[in-house]
Amino acid sequence: MGYLTRRPIDVSELIAAVSAPERGGIATFVGLVRDHHGGRAVRALEYTAYEPMAESICAEIVGEAEARWPVRIGLRHRLGALGIGDTAVAIAAAAGHRDEAFGACRYAIEELKRRVPIWKRETFADGSEEWVDPSRTAAPSSEEREGMAPW
Amino acid sequence: MAAVPPAPFTIRVQLFARYAELLGADHLDVVTDGPLTVGEILSRVRAFPGGGTIGVGTLVAVNLRQAPLSAPVTRGDEVAILPPLAGG
Repeated sequence: MGYLTRRPIDVSELIAAVSAPERGGIATFVGLVRDHHGGRAVRALEYTAYEPMAESICAEIVGEAEARWPVRIGLRHRLGALGIGDTAVAIAAAAGHRDEAFGACRYAIEELKRRVPIWKRETFADGSEEWVDPSRTAAPSSEEREGMAPW
Repeated sequence: MAAVPPAPFTIRVQLFARYAELLGADHLDVVTDGPLTVGEILSRVRAFPGGGTIGVGTLVAVNLRQAPLSAPVTRGDEVAILPPLAGG
């Protein structure tokens, strides 16, 4: 199965793929392209990946989540050129109950950000471009620690 | 046993995102006559023009998995140097 896609992500399709009569709770995380970063206006961005490794690590993360919680995980990450508001990443975790669904969904997005070799190049409103380097900005990681939307 | 002279071989190192841009290529070939460690490969790549910008916290993948600096790399291994990840 391909976790990376160059086509728009259909969240309802992802939810349908993990739904089952015994899974009464589905938690989703949907990450959209934000219109600002580090106080600057963002116009567009482009995702690239080391694709064979990214596919393999995504499969590993899904496997880990499904081993740790009684869940089914759907995961998609977009590649290529995206505009503001486009869906960049989506995760659906379907379980019997909400605790497992939330736990597994949170685990999958955090591990994806930490381990999957994907990069994004932002184009700012003034036309300049920059590779995003989360290790150089303290804000995203503290946002993550506070449980806020990481982007 | 008679010593067989080592035959040089090439380890292809893939570069991505900012590193591909800084070094002006999506891969480099490191020629060696024996296995190298990940750390030795990093040193070789840093010696290429633009390679000095590769930071100390850089990740290296061998055969699609993150590898420590001490990990051996030999003929046929797939090596990639990864800038800080920014997925999601």
